[in-house]
Amino acid sequence: MQKITKETYIKWYEDMLFWRKFEDKLAAVYIQQKVRGFLHLYNGQEAVLAGALHAMDLSKDKMITAYRNHVQPIGMGVDPKRVMAELFGKATGTSQGLGGSMHIFSKEHRFYGGHGIVGGQIPLGAGIAFGDKYHDSDAVTLCCFGDGAARQGSLHETFNLAMLWNLPVVFVCENNGYAMGTSVKRTASHEDIYKLGLGYEMPCAPVDGMNPIKVAEAFDEAIQRARTGGGPTFLELKTYRYRGHSMSDAQHYRTKAEVEEYKKIDPISQVKDVILSKKYATEADLKKIDADVKKRVLECEKFADESPYPDKSVMYDVVYEQEDYPFLQHKI
Amino acid sequence: MRTIQFREAICEAMSEEMRRDESIYLMGEEVAEYNGAYKASKGMLDEFGAKRVIDTPIAELGFAGIAVGSTMTGNRPIVEYMTFNFSLVGIDQIINNAAKIRQMSGGQFKCPIVFRGPTGSAGQLGATHSQAFESWFANTPGLKVIVPSNVYDAKGLLKAAIRDDDPVIFMESEQMYGDKGEVPDGEYVLPIGVADIKREGTDVTIVSFGKIIKEAYKAADELQKEGISCEIIDLRTVRPLDINAVLDSVKKTNRLVILEEAWPFGNVSTEITYQVQAQAFDYLDAPIVKINTADTPAPYSPELLAEWLPNSNDVVKAVKKVMYK
Ligand SMILES: Cc1ncc(C[n+]2csc(CCOP(=O)(O)OP(=O)(O)O)c2C)c(N)n1
Ligand SMILES: [Mg+2]
Repeated sequence: MQKITKETYIKWYEDMLFWRKFEDKLAAVYIQQKVRGFLHLYNGQEAVLAGALHAMDLSKDKMITAYRNHVQPIGMGVDPKRVMAELFGKATGTSQGLGGSMHIFSKEHRFYGGHGIVGGQIPLGAGIAFGDKYHDSDAVTLCCFGDGAARQGSLHETFNLAMLWNLPVVFVCENNGYAMGTSVKRTASHEDIYKLGLGYEMPCAPVDGMNPIKVAEAFDEAIQRARTGGGPTFLELKTYRYRGHSMSDAQHYRTKAEVEEYKKIDPISQVKDVILSKKYATEADLKKIDADVKKRVLECEKFADESPYPDKSVMYDVVYEQEDYPFLQHKI
Repeated sequence: MRTIQFREAICEAMSEEMRRDESIYLMGEEVAEYNGAYKASKGMLDEFGAKRVIDTPIAELGFAGIAVGSTMTGNRPIVEYMTFNFSLVGIDQIINNAAKIRQMSGGQFKCPIVFRGPTGSAGQLGATHSQAFESWFANTPGLKVIVPSNVYDAKGLLKAAIRDDDPVIFMESEQMYGDKGEVPDGEYVLPIGVADIKREGTDVTIVSFGKIIKEAYKAADELQKEGISCEIIDLRTVRPLDINAVLDSVKKTNRLVILEEAWPFGNVSTEITYQVQAQAFDYLDAPIVKINTADTPAPYSPELLAEWLPNSNDVVKAVKKVMYK
C-alpha cells in the first residue's frame, strides 16, 4: 500500500467532502423531482470508500456494491457529471438513463454496479473474482453489501464457494447499524457480523469504518492476501448512515441523539482535524477546497439538467446483444 | 359505509381474521415495529404482540419456507413481501413447497398460507423493482392468485384469502395504498374466482385487473364522450380465472380489449385470448387486442417509462381498433 502522507489526507478531505456534497445535492434535486424513485445516500460512510480506494490498485482492482452506489464509481474514476445525469434519467448518464439511482455501472472503471436486490450482488462479486482467477489475473474484487444483506442465504452459499475455490475477493459488510428500520441486533442472536466468516474458516475481522486509516490498513492486508493466492477475507466495517434509508423514512427507529453521537466521529472532521493539527494545510486552504467542491457539484447539476432524455429506441437497443431481436409489440 | 384507505383495508382484513383465529400470524420485513414498509400493518404489533406480528431479517427464502413449514403443524401464516420482486429470492418455497405439499402428500397436508405485497411498477424504480409476476404464479397449479383493484375488493378478498385452505398469492400496489374507498361497517367476505363488472356497456369489453384498470376507466370516460360504450370487467382473481364472466360479456359486445401490466409473452391476456377464441369465436367481430408493458426490463428514465407502461390513450386506440373506427 502507498504510504499515508500529507497528500493522502488532503485527497481524502477533498474526495469525502465532494461525495458528501454530491449526495446532498441529490437530496435537494429529489425534492424538486428532478431525480425520482428511490434515493439511498452514502452520508456518514465515506471513510469506508476512502480507505478502500487507498488500498486498492485502481489500475486493475474491482468493486461491486448494492443500491447505495453513487459515490463509489466516482471514487474509482467515473465522471461525476455522468453519475448525476444517470440519476436525472438522461442520455448522458452512465447507463444512458436506463438504470437510474440504484444501478450505476462502469466497465471502463471496473465498477460492476449498482444492485437493487438485497444480497444479489454477493455471488456476482465472487463470480467476478472467479473470472479473474480463471484468466490468471492478479486483480482483486471488493464485494460490498450492507448489514441487512448479511442475513441473506446468498452470502452463506457464496462464502462457502469462495473459500472452496480460493477466490481473490474481499467481502465487505458496511454495517451502518440498520437495514431500513431494522437494527442489527434485531436480526441475529449476536451482533458481530464478522464472525459469520468463522464457520467457513475465512479470515475475518471488525474494522473502525469511520476512520479511513484503519480502513486502509485492514483492506491492504485483505487485498494482499487475495492478490497473492491467499483467498477471501471478510471485513465488517462499523459505520453509520446519517440520512434516512431512502427519502421517505421518518426514522422513528432511532434517536436524533444517536445520529449526533456518530457525527462526533465524522470521517470528514476526523481527517480535517489531523490536517489542521499537523499543519498539512490551513483553514484558508481548506476553504478553497470547499469552494471548489461546491463549484464542481454545481457543474454536475448543470450538466445533468441540460442533457437530453434518451431516445425511446434505446429502451430496446440495450436489452440484447443481438441487433435485430424480434421484440413483441405491447401496444398498438 | 365508511371511507378508508387501501392500506387500512389490508390492515383491517388481517386484524379481523387474526382476532377470529389464533393460528394466523403475520411475518415479513418491517411488518411489526415499522408498521409495514407501506404502513399496511399499522398498529398490529400493538394489538397482537411480537408472537403473532413478526419482523424478519432480510431472508426471503428462509422465512417463506418457515411459514410454509408451519402450515404443516397447524398455522395459517400471512407472509408479506415488501414487494413481489423480492419474492423471487424465496420463490422456490412457494412453487416447489407451498403449491405442491398437498398433492405430493396425497392430500394429507393442506397449506393455508397467504403471500401478499405489492406487484408491478411504482414510478421510476428501475428494472428489478417494477415487475409483475401474476402470470408466473398463475401458471402454477396449486396456487390461487388474487389481484384487487380497489379498497372494497381488497378487504373482502384478503379475508377470503386468509380463510382459504390453499396457498394464495395476494398482490397489491405501492401506488394503491393511499387510494380511498367505501367499505361496509361490518365484516364481509368476497368470493375468490369471481370477476366483477365494474362498468356496464354495450360496444366493447375491456378486461383488466389490479391498479392498471384505472387506465381503462379513464379511457372509457373519454370514449363515452364519443358515444362508445365500454363494459369493464375486473378479473379480481387471476387463478382461478372467471372466464365465463368474460365470455358472457364478449357474447354481448362482440369485441374484446385486454389491459394487463405485464410483459407481453405468455401472460394472463394470452390465456384469456386463447379461451375466448376457443369458446366464443363466432361471437367476435374483430381480433382481440391486448395491451401490456413493453417487451423489455423497465427503464428508469421518465419518458421511456411512460412509453413502457400501458396508459389510457393506448386503451382508447385499442378500442377504436376493435371497432374499426
Ligand atoms: C431481496 C430484497 N429484499 C428486500 C429489499 C428491500 N430493501 C431494500 S434496502 C433494504 C435494507 C438493506 O439494508 P442493508 O443491507 O443494511 O443496507 P443499507 O441500506 O443499510 O446500506 C431492504 C429491506 C430488497 N431491495 N431486496
Ligand atoms: Mg445497513
